[in-house]
Amino acid sequence: MSLTFEAKRNLWRSMLRIRRVQERIESEYLKDEMKTPVHLYIGQEAIATGVCAALRADDAINSNHRSHGHYLAKGGDLKAMMAELFCRSTGCSKGYGGSMHLVDVAHGNMGTSAIVGGGIPIGTGQGLAFQMQKLDRVSVVFFGDGAADEGTFYESLNFALLKKLPVVYVMENNGWAVCSPTNTRHCGDNVFHKGATDRLFSAKIDGNDPELVLETAQKAVERARRGEGPSFIECVTYRILGHAGCVSQDPKGYRDLAEIEAWRMRCPVCAYQAKLLAECALDAQALAEAETEISAEIDAAFAFARQSPLPTAADLHHNLFCE
Amino acid sequence: MPWSRIKPDTNEPEFLSQDMHGSATRGLAASEPDFQRGGPTGRRISYGEATNEALSQALSLDPRVFVMGQGVDDPSGMFGATKNLHLTYGRERVFDTPLAETALSGIAVGAALGGMRPVYFHNRPDFLLLAMDQLVNHAAKWHYMFGGAASVPLVFWACVGRGWGSAAQHSQALQGLFMHVPGLKLVMPSTCYDAKGLMLAAIADNNPVLIIDHRMNFKQRGIVPEEPYTVPLGKGVIRRNGRDVTVVAVSHLVTEAFLAAQELAGEGIEAEIIDPRTLRPLDEELILSSVARTGRLVVCDTGWKTGGVTAEIAALVAEKGFGSLRAPIARVANPDLPTPAGYTLEQAYYIGKDDIRRAIVNTVRGQEA
Ligand SMILES: Cc1ncc(C[n+]2csc(CCOP(=O)(O)OP(=O)(O)O)c2C)c(N)n1
Repeated sequence: MSLTFEAKRNLWRSMLRIRRVQERIESEYLKDEMKTPVHLYIGQEAIATGVCAALRADDAINSNHRSHGHYLAKGGDLKAMMAELFCRSTGCSKGYGGSMHLVDVAHGNMGTSAIVGGGIPIGTGQGLAFQMQKLDRVSVVFFGDGAADEGTFYESLNFALLKKLPVVYVMENNGWAVCSPTNTRHCGDNVFHKGATDRLFSAKIDGNDPELVLETAQKAVERARRGEGPSFIECVTYRILGHAGCVSQDPKGYRDLAEIEAWRMRCPVCAYQAKLLAECALDAQALAEAETEISAEIDAAFAFARQSPLPTAADLHHNLFCE
Repeated sequence: MPWSRIKPDTNEPEFLSQDMHGSATRGLAASEPDFQRGGPTGRRISYGEATNEALSQALSLDPRVFVMGQGVDDPSGMFGATKNLHLTYGRERVFDTPLAETALSGIAVGAALGGMRPVYFHNRPDFLLLAMDQLVNHAAKWHYMFGGAASVPLVFWACVGRGWGSAAQHSQALQGLFMHVPGLKLVMPSTCYDAKGLMLAAIADNNPVLIIDHRMNFKQRGIVPEEPYTVPLGKGVIRRNGRDVTVVAVSHLVTEAFLAAQELAGEGIEAEIIDPRTLRPLDEELILSSVARTGRLVVCDTGWKTGGVTAEIAALVAEKGFGSLRAPIARVANPDLPTPAGYTLEQAYYIGKDDIRRAIVNTVRGQEA
């Protein structure tokens, strides 16, 4: 794939930004200021980054409980996200949603469900709406291997195939659903990698390679825009941290430390950074500048969140119904 | 999530003796050593241990029993309820499942029809909504719809979450929805003793039984006999005697109501605390006879107010006990809103001891109090 150096740097920077945000949340989580269950995206940054780089601002994304990366890659405001994690009125969901329920209407993120598999039909329905309105917008659904256990996935994909909906299903196979490995829940490869290939564009790719993710997503998105129907992309990756919370909150004994280590060695951010340095798409100065900028942005977002007002009891009854 | 900071581990209050038949026999004096209160073999154990012991005994006593659910073999083992059971009984009988709640609920129904006794752990009631079709359209109907020809002996279990931004999809107390469904038994334990005895009773029952537990209950420690025993479904219990007002509370609100009543005893109000333990079948007799003595009723539930448990129990008493009422019935329930995530909003949202106390005082002394 022939990407410009600038495009490569953008991919790298987006991944780095997601990584640094996750790390900061992790390192501050035990202070108990973020009273919200956080599901960190460390290790999976290439997926949200690569897919969202293939999208327009008016394309839709639908995500899940592990949504920080998707929200940020699609253009979400970091301040509004951090304020949401600090349960503040300035949060993207005004403190009513928390970490699992991010929203960013301006960038086509209409809200995040924490019911596993819940977002899959919703993203499909957004695709239906775009098709019915003859818009060339595309709807992307991010979900985990756990969500691919759910019937909603198969029911939605069938409907999307039936109607040739402009939907791209991105399954992030990070090896685990809480403490259950994928191979104890799935009997081999997903059925959509076989059998439906005449109707469905399907691919199983290395989810830690942002360029490959982008390239594959571009094919799927173009297909969708041309009215040729849905795609299914399985991105193989790894959940480096525990299911929720910070490192020390991950229970011991359910997975092999060597497995974690092996995937740490394949860290998508480090690997891509090394690749760009080797290609001279990136130099030490640009790297240092990006780190400084990102760090300052994170400082500012945390400060904004901490200084923001908390919702009060008087806010409790707002927004049950739309005016 | 740091549950220890949401609610510390506590011993259960000194309830009236938790007699197996639900009658209000007095417990031993508070000065007696702990171990005597639950009978000669009772020990003080945690709520999770009590539930775990019930499952373990059911698994060892009946080869038809098996335990399934997403995460039952996790290191934390469903807040301790299923912890390490797979090591003792093997993964054939205690197994992790794909997330697929809809199909797996049907698979549990099918396994029950096929001669097994499944116990399906769902973690949170919110996820039970995916099981609703099999539970409501199928399991609850099967015995009746076929004129008694077949039965579905299964247990579904889910635990209400609360706090730390659990938010709208991880904290719903949906007993009101399930109480509506004929053919489904609905259990809500509040003590360690009952967690064990009701679980064993639910597994022994030949009908679909749903146990809705509460995360707060899992912070309790109580006296539990070691041997297997059952607490009968459909029998409530009086947790505290009182002449002035009947307070019906479910799940962890039993403790909250009890503590409110203890406080008010110092102010001359004696509240009778009733724990129905099962909402379906409901121990109507126990509630009505208490209201007949006290003339007043406060109903407390962890779910929403409209169309829920408090509405049903209030309607029951209005219908069958109207003659004994000397004051309007009061209800203490969560406001009719999705659960907000933020802690300041959670604080405003959840009800507890002080809300119950206020309702009791208003009911006994009139609104001006
Ligand atoms: C319907 C439903 N069942 C169970 C859960 C509890 N739960 C939350 S996240 C999760 C694991 C999801 O795994 P996966 O989809 O692979 O996403 P990952 O956490 O690995 O990113 C589970 C079981 C839930 N939120 N919703």
